[in-house]
Amino acid sequence: METPGSYQDHSLLYEQWVQFRKAKAAVFGLVIVVLFFFLALIAPLIAPADPLAQHLEAVLAKPLTGGYLLGADDLGRDILSRILYGSRISLMVGAISVSISLVVGGLVGLLAGYFGGALDLLVMRFIDLMMAFPSILLAIVICATLGPSLQNAMIAIGVIGIPSIARVIRASVLAEKELDYVTAERSLGASHPRLIFSAILPNCIAPIIVQSTLAYAGAIISAASLSFLGLGSQPPTPEWGYMVASGKEYISTAPWVITFPGLAILLAVLGFNLLGDGLRDVLDPRMKE
Amino acid sequence: MTVNRDRVLSVERLHTYFYTLKGVVRAVNDVSFAVDRGRTLCLVGESGCGKSVAALSIMRLVASPPGRIVSGRVLFEGRDLLALGDEEMRMLRGSRISMIFQEPMTSLNPVFRVGRQIGEMFCYHEGLSKREARRKAIDLMALVGIPSPEKRVDDYPHQLSGGMRQRVMIAMALASPKPGLLIADEPTTALDVTIQAQILDLLRALQQRVGVSILLITHNMGVVAEMADDVVVLYAGRKVESARTKELLSAPCHPYSRGLLNSIPGNPKYRGADRLESIPGSVPNLTSLGDECPFENRCPLAQGICRERFPEELEVSPTHSVWCHFAQAPAAGR
Repeated sequence: METPGSYQDHSLLYEQWVQFRKAKAAVFGLVIVVLFFFLALIAPLIAPADPLAQHLEAVLAKPLTGGYLLGADDLGRDILSRILYGSRISLMVGAISVSISLVVGGLVGLLAGYFGGALDLLVMRFIDLMMAFPSILLAIVICATLGPSLQNAMIAIGVIGIPSIARVIRASVLAEKELDYVTAERSLGASHPRLIFSAILPNCIAPIIVQSTLAYAGAIISAASLSFLGLGSQPPTPEWGYMVASGKEYISTAPWVITFPGLAILLAVLGFNLLGDGLRDVLDPRMKE
Repeated sequence: MTVNRDRVLSVERLHTYFYTLKGVVRAVNDVSFAVDRGRTLCLVGESGCGKSVAALSIMRLVASPPGRIVSGRVLFEGRDLLALGDEEMRMLRGSRISMIFQEPMTSLNPVFRVGRQIGEMFCYHEGLSKREARRKAIDLMALVGIPSPEKRVDDYPHQLSGGMRQRVMIAMALASPKPGLLIADEPTTALDVTIQAQILDLLRALQQRVGVSILLITHNMGVVAEMADDVVVLYAGRKVESARTKELLSAPCHPYSRGLLNSIPGNPKYRGADRLESIPGSVPNLTSLGDECPFENRCPLAQGICRERFPEELEVSPTHSVWCHFAQAPAAGR
């Protein structure tokens, strides 16, 4: 920082950013993701219409007609506005459910990996048990039990994300805790919580970031799936999965109703997946020289 | 063994075993030694002879599913460390007993700046604020001879060379108000020769300055000659000889010690010779060892009794003991 241009002001983060920029697909993913967040943020400012307002004269209006850029749905609501507002819901569902998975799965993985032994055995077998169910089925069960609502969908998606996060974190804790610096810090009098959270956790952050990004994409899909099945957000909330579901009856007469929200889902998931893959390439320790 | 001055550490009949699928490995088998205040004791022996395990046992850092300290006492300033509660032991680590590890490249946490890692010690043990800890870290880095410490304090470990990292490790080990014992586990093995000498000089200077006792673990007889006041030679988990450094270097009594000294290139008896002497054979498999002398299969003096039982202590002088059935014959000379 004092001597500009020297290697010192190239922080680790900066070096990784340089590397990240070389991966075109990852940058593309980042652009998509940032764009979605930006659109979600300013949705009220740019949406041409109220996403809930019904216009009987515009039922199933074609795209580019009567001021409906992407057309209107079966109740005459502006699809573009609904997609814009829907991005808020999808991104929020992703953020909240990934947070749930991260906190629970992260804690489980850290403790199981660090302490090992009977705790590890017990907890990881339970995680295996969870993984034995197809995750969407598990989400449906949870949602159906708790009752269909957006909030419960987020809980369900959070829960089904726990096993993969727990496994990834446990694996990297297992690798990290054998390293000399952990013994070194123990030899200097560090306590267990200190070792877990202050020494080991920061070294596991790379796989956590990658896994969370990929889980975010999965959460968006799961949220849409649950809503599609009527277990997630309830009408008339503008949610992509629900929009797809309501458009499926008109797939032959008014394909735009189902196509555009489907494309939104596709694009958002693609963005997060590309970003996640790119981050993995940059952050994976095996890629470092 | 010796006149009881100010005894800092006394290890008594330590047994540390590892319980593996292939059998019990007696990594440290009935080993005793003591370190007095301000002095340096070297544990010497080849790889796998139990040096590091002995050190880790003192710190109570032996990985505990396979390893276990079976019996023995580790008295630090009169307190038995093996009888302490986990929390008491933790408070002792880093504040009174510190350890320097062999591999400076991997012994620092890669994601934190070195200044923070040194300063953390002051936060643990003295409750200093971050700014004070940072200032103290800079002081310590200067003390261990790191150039321009006020810049280096913000470096990450990967930006430092091996020698600099080992200095950081030493700084961390010294980051306590009153260090009592410093355990250095092959502190110079991973470094090149010129840096080795610097690090050893540094350790000696620091010892004089803060009066810390050093338990130095090494396989390098050159390091022993330069650093140690007393030496304990370990072989396959057993203590085979203990002596003042001068005594051991001039008159090694155990055939293994003699073998070690004979295999140093600088030994005057090689003037003119073109081949180094070596000890034939290799360390026996520790799981298969019983009560015999572990050196028996490589020993030029071995006879039937060596296979039957491990020898009793034989006092050569008040400060020099050897564990060998046939040690008296070639004592002194050579």
